Amino acid sequence: MVTRTAPSHLTARERARRTARSGAPRSVPAPLLAPALIAVAFLVLPLAGLLIRAPWGHMGAALSGADVTQALVLSLWTASVTTGISLVIGVPLAWVLARTSFPGQRLLRALVTLPLVLPPVVGGVALLLAFSRVGFVGRYLDYWFGLTIPFTPLAVIMAETFVAMPFLIITVEGALRSADQGFEEAAATLGAKRMTVFRRVTLPMIAPSLGAGAVLCWARALGEFGATITFAGSFPGQTETMPIAVYYALETDPDAAIALSLVLLLVSVVVLVSLRDRWLRGGSVQ
Amino acid sequence: MTSGASVGLIVDAEVRRGSFTLTVTLAAAPGQVLGVLGPNGAGKSTLLSAVAGLTPISAGRITLAGQVMDDAEAGTFVEASGRPVGFVFQNYRLFPHLTVAENVAFSPRARGMGRQAARSTASHWLDRLGLADLAHRKPGQLSGGQAQRVALARALAGQPELLLMDEPLSALDAGTRLDVQAELKNHLAAFTGPSLLVTHDPLEALVLADQLIVLEAGRIVQQGTPERIARQPATDYVAKLVGLNLYTGNANGSQVALNAGGSFITANHGVHGEVLVAVRPSAITVSNQHPQQSSARNAWSARITGLTLLADRVRLDLEGQPPALVDVTPAAVAELSLSPGSQVWLSVKATELEVYTRAGQQPA
Repeated sequence: MVTRTAPSHLTARERARRTARSGAPRSVPAPLLAPALIAVAFLVLPLAGLLIRAPWGHMGAALSGADVTQALVLSLWTASVTTGISLVIGVPLAWVLARTSFPGQRLLRALVTLPLVLPPVVGGVALLLAFSRVGFVGRYLDYWFGLTIPFTPLAVIMAETFVAMPFLIITVEGALRSADQGFEEAAATLGAKRMTVFRRVTLPMIAPSLGAGAVLCWARALGEFGATITFAGSFPGQTETMPIAVYYALETDPDAAIALSLVLLLVSVVVLVSLRDRWLRGGSVQ
Repeated sequence: MTSGASVGLIVDAEVRRGSFTLTVTLAAAPGQVLGVLGPNGAGKSTLLSAVAGLTPISAGRITLAGQVMDDAEAGTFVEASGRPVGFVFQNYRLFPHLTVAENVAFSPRARGMGRQAARSTASHWLDRLGLADLAHRKPGQLSGGQAQRVALARALAGQPELLLMDEPLSALDAGTRLDVQAELKNHLAAFTGPSLLVTHDPLEALVLADQLIVLEAGRIVQQGTPERIARQPATDYVAKLVGLNLYTGNANGSQVALNAGGSFITANHGVHGEVLVAVRPSAITVSNQHPQQSSARNAWSARITGLTLLADRVRLDLEGQPPALVDVTPAAVAELSLSPGSQVWLSVKATELEVYTRAGQQPA
C-alpha cells in the first residue's frame, strides 16, 4: 500500500506566489535548515561581536594615533601600487595564457595560480630566500646596485604582488577565454594589427572583468599579512600595514585593534558592493 | 575562368582541416557578385576565411588584383589585416563598446587614416547607407536591418578591393529580409571590386549573384549563372533547394532509362550516355486512372507517402518508378481524395522534361 501525504493548508498568499513562479514550497526541510542556521551564525556572530565591542564613543581617538594613520596610508598606497603593477605585467601574462599554446603552458598556469592556495607565509619565506641580502637574486642586487629589498616598502609591494596578482590573472584569463574571438577576427579584416586589436577591441570588451580583477587584487593586497610580515617585517611607517598593525594593537591597545578592524571591514563591504555593481553592469546590454 | 589573369579575385586552393578538405578553383571579376551556395559544413565559411586571410591555405594560391595574398608553395602570406578586403560577418560582429560611427571609422583609422579624416570617411558612408541618424547609437540599440547596414558600411569604409559576405541576411526576420535584400543589391551594384556572397538560401543567391558556385562536402559540384543552375541542377541538394525533381539516367535517343527505375520519353533526340533530367513538381499531373486520353507521353503509377501543405498548394511525396514530388491544388486533393497510401497515376509531357549532362552542356 502506497502511503499518501495528508492534505496541508496553503495560505492564499503562498498559493499566489507558487502559482506565479511555479515554485516549490518556500519552507526548508529541518535537516537542511539547522546546519544552514549554524553556518550563518558562525559567519555573522564574530562580525557582530566586532560591532558590539567597537569603541563607538572614542572611535576618533582610537584611530587618530600616528601609528594607525601611518599604517592606513601605507596599506592604501602599497595596495594601489600592487594593483598597478599587476595590471601592467599580469594582464599580458593572462593574454599569453589564454591566447597562445606552447609546451609547458599547463605547468606555467599551475605555477601562476599556486600563490592562490599557497599559505602566504610560505610565499614570504620564498621571497626572503630569493631577495634577501644573501638570497640568490638579492645578493646580486645588493652587490651591483646596493639595493636591499627586505624590510622596506618595496618588500611590502613585492609580497602583496606575489599573493594578489594571481587573482587578477585568473579573472582576466577567464574573461579572455570566454570572450568571442569573432570580434578580434572582424577587427583584423578591418585592417587592425595585433596590438591595435588588443588595445581597441580585446581590452574594452573585457573591461568589466578587468575592473573586477583589479578590485579583487587590490582587496587581497590590502588584507595581506603572512607574506608581508615574513618578508617585510613590521616597522611602523615603513612596512607595518593595517593587518599587521591590527595584530600588534590587539596586545597593547585592543580598542585601536577593533577600530582598525572595523575600517578594514568597511573597505571589504565597499569592495564587495562595487564588485557586485561591476558584475551586474558587465552582464547587461549597454 | 571569366576574368583576365591579373584582375579580380583568383582562388586555386586547398584547405585541409582534420579530415575535411576544401578544394576550390574560382575567379571573380571586378564588379561581379559570385554567389557561393551550399549546405552547412560544405566549406563555405572556410573559403571566406581563407580569402580573408583568417585561415592560411594548405596548397595552391590566392591572388587579388594581381597581388599574391597566399601561396602555400612559395610560403607567401599576407595577414588578414594587410588584405584589402571588407568582410560582412554572419552576425555582423559589430563592436558592442563602440558607437555606430566609431564602428564605421574603425577600418579607416586602423589602416592609418588620421582621426579627423577617418571620422569624415565614416560619416560619408553613414550618409550613403542612410545611417546618419544612428551614428551615436551602440550596436545593441539597432534593429537587425540597421545592424546589417552598419556592418556593410563598416566593411566598405576601409575601401576594400574585395567584399566578402557570410550569410549577410540570415540573421534577419522574413519581413525585413526582402527590403534589406533589395537595398543590398543596389549597394553591390555600386561596388567596383569583386564580391563573394556565401549563402544557403537559393533565393538570396538567385537575386543577388551574377554567377554561382555550388559547394558540397568541400568541392565545387556546379558553377554557372543562377538561371542555369536553377533550371538544370547538377545534384540532389541543388534540386531540392530550387524545388525540382532530379533524376539521373542513361539516354538513348529520346528514351532515358532512369537509375531510380522506370524511363522517360523526352523531346531530345540523338543523345547517348549519362544524363540528368529535371522536372518541376507542378509539371506532373496526378490522376486516378491511367491517363490514356492525355497528350502526356510519360505515365507511371505511384503511391502517396506524404502530403505537405505549402502556402497555396499541397506537395505530394510519391513512391514509384521513379519516385517524385508533385504539387497539386488543395481542391485536387479533395477531388481525387488523395491521402497517404493512395495509389495514383502520374504523367508528364515530354516537353516538360529538362534533359542535360552533368558537365552542364545541354544535349543538342
